[in-house]
Amino acid sequence: MEVSRHWRLRQQRYALVGEVCPHCDAKIFPPRDICPDCGQDAKTLYQFSGRGEVFSYTTVHDAPAGYEENAPYTVALVKLEEGPMLTAQLTDLGEQPVEIGMPVEMVTRRLREDGERGMLVYGYKFRPRLTAA
Amino acid sequence: MSRAAGIGAPVGIYVAGVGLTPVGERWERSLREIALEAIEAARADAGGLRPQALYVGNMLAPALSGQTHLGALLADFSGLRGIEATAFEAAGASGGVAVRHACLALASGAVDSALVVGVEKITDRIGSAVNAALAGAADADHEAVQGVTPTAQAALLMRRYMHEYQVPADGLAGFSLNAHANAVACEHAIYRRAISAQEYARATKVSDPVNLYDAAPVADGAAALILTRREAYPPGGPLPAARIAASAVATSALALHDQADPLAFSAAAQSAARAYAQAGLGPKDIQVFELHDLFTIYAVLALEAAGFAGRGDGWRLAQDGQIARGGRIPISTFGGSKARGDSGGATGVYQIGEVALQLQGRAGAAQVPSVRLGMAQCLGGAGATAVTHILARDESLRQGSDSS
Repeated sequence: MEVSRHWRLRQQRYALVGEVCPHCDAKIFPPRDICPDCGQDAKTLYQFSGRGEVFSYTTVHDAPAGYEENAPYTVALVKLEEGPMLTAQLTDLGEQPVEIGMPVEMVTRRLREDGERGMLVYGYKFRPRLTAA
Repeated sequence: MSRAAGIGAPVGIYVAGVGLTPVGERWERSLREIALEAIEAARADAGGLRPQALYVGNMLAPALSGQTHLGALLADFSGLRGIEATAFEAAGASGGVAVRHACLALASGAVDSALVVGVEKITDRIGSAVNAALAGAADADHEAVQGVTPTAQAALLMRRYMHEYQVPADGLAGFSLNAHANAVACEHAIYRRAISAQEYARATKVSDPVNLYDAAPVADGAAALILTRREAYPPGGPLPAARIAASAVATSALALHDQADPLAFSAAAQSAARAYAQAGLGPKDIQVFELHDLFTIYAVLALEAAGFAGRGDGWRLAQDGQIARGGRIPISTFGGSKARGDSGGATGVYQIGEVALQLQGRAGAAQVPSVRLGMAQCLGGAGATAVTHILARDESLRQGSDSS
């Protein structure tokens, strides 16, 4: 059980809250407290829009423990419109083929499960964008 | 700065013994037993030398074997109880990092001789448990939690690379074919079988566009080296000698998504640049390169990062035979991770042992003719840690000569 570990990350996992650097205005996700661009303190919270596009993607068939039930699933590097990139599963794809550059938006979904009595971990995934940017 | 980060040029550090065990599913042997096998072979190669310190490279023993504290365990089990012994972990770069720290200890004069063993026992667990453990090399909170595996990370890089540089679907096949062809002659390789372009083209996609032949098998293995200062080179040690001319580690962002330019393989580039600076060499001087081809795309990106090809051109090196035994820059000469097999934290030690064998003319059927300078580079995760060593054939060290 890793309850506190996932609880700590709830703001970023459920709401895509990252940081903005007060010195160089870089937007930071996941939050890391030190700006990767200028190296100064960056602890100001910042709400990301949840919109981005696919930088690259693939399908996982041979899943790690805790993810077998969802396999095969699609994972992507998503470039957020504010600048940073993140790793996320793509969901709600239907028949739509995934392409590099495809516009996507964040949704909250179940990420993993630890057996029948185990904890369910929720967090961000991305789906093809429904709304106009 | 480069001097501070390097190993002082006046201090000669030599590979005085090499022990490489077969990579494979060693069901009948435990972690400590395969480690011992490698240690005994390396010590025998070094004329029976008893090392003053032991540096262990390992990635997964805590996760797969429930075993930490490998320094004391392996010193004790190999009959070296009492010596200084520590394990180093940097995912797939663990073995290279252990060699780096042995070099630092030798360069400082703290010890005259050191044993490095890289060991990985994969088959204590199987299937999704192994996948989950391997995924621990990525960012657990932001990558592994999304169900991303090392194979998926390689696929993300490979798809982006093929997209940016318009690489044809079979553009990377040559790296797999070369590795398999080279492994046929390698006694410690897991797959001693050549494959054809047709087999590559028909192979199942494990994580599109990565197919079965783009990905290295992860299996049990142990490799050991005896390293000594020049004055401590053992009388029975192999000659001509292989000297470590450079040893450099670099890191970049752990998560692939945090790297400013994921295809740049920046840690690989930086560690190679530091190694070149230490040795006063450049890519044009290197005659054999054991790189970390855990996936074919990693071979491509490592060749570009180390300056053997420009950005976007690395994949072409396999097309015109430049990476083959008679080519401009032979790679994976014993099969590499692709066909020798990848043993996680042992890989970096295998590579350096293989380069030493090439320089000493002891590579048998895998021998690249007249090699004087070779390079080895291992990677942790999707390139977040990179360790580069350059080795030089050194004929100034002779049997019975005044070695000081």
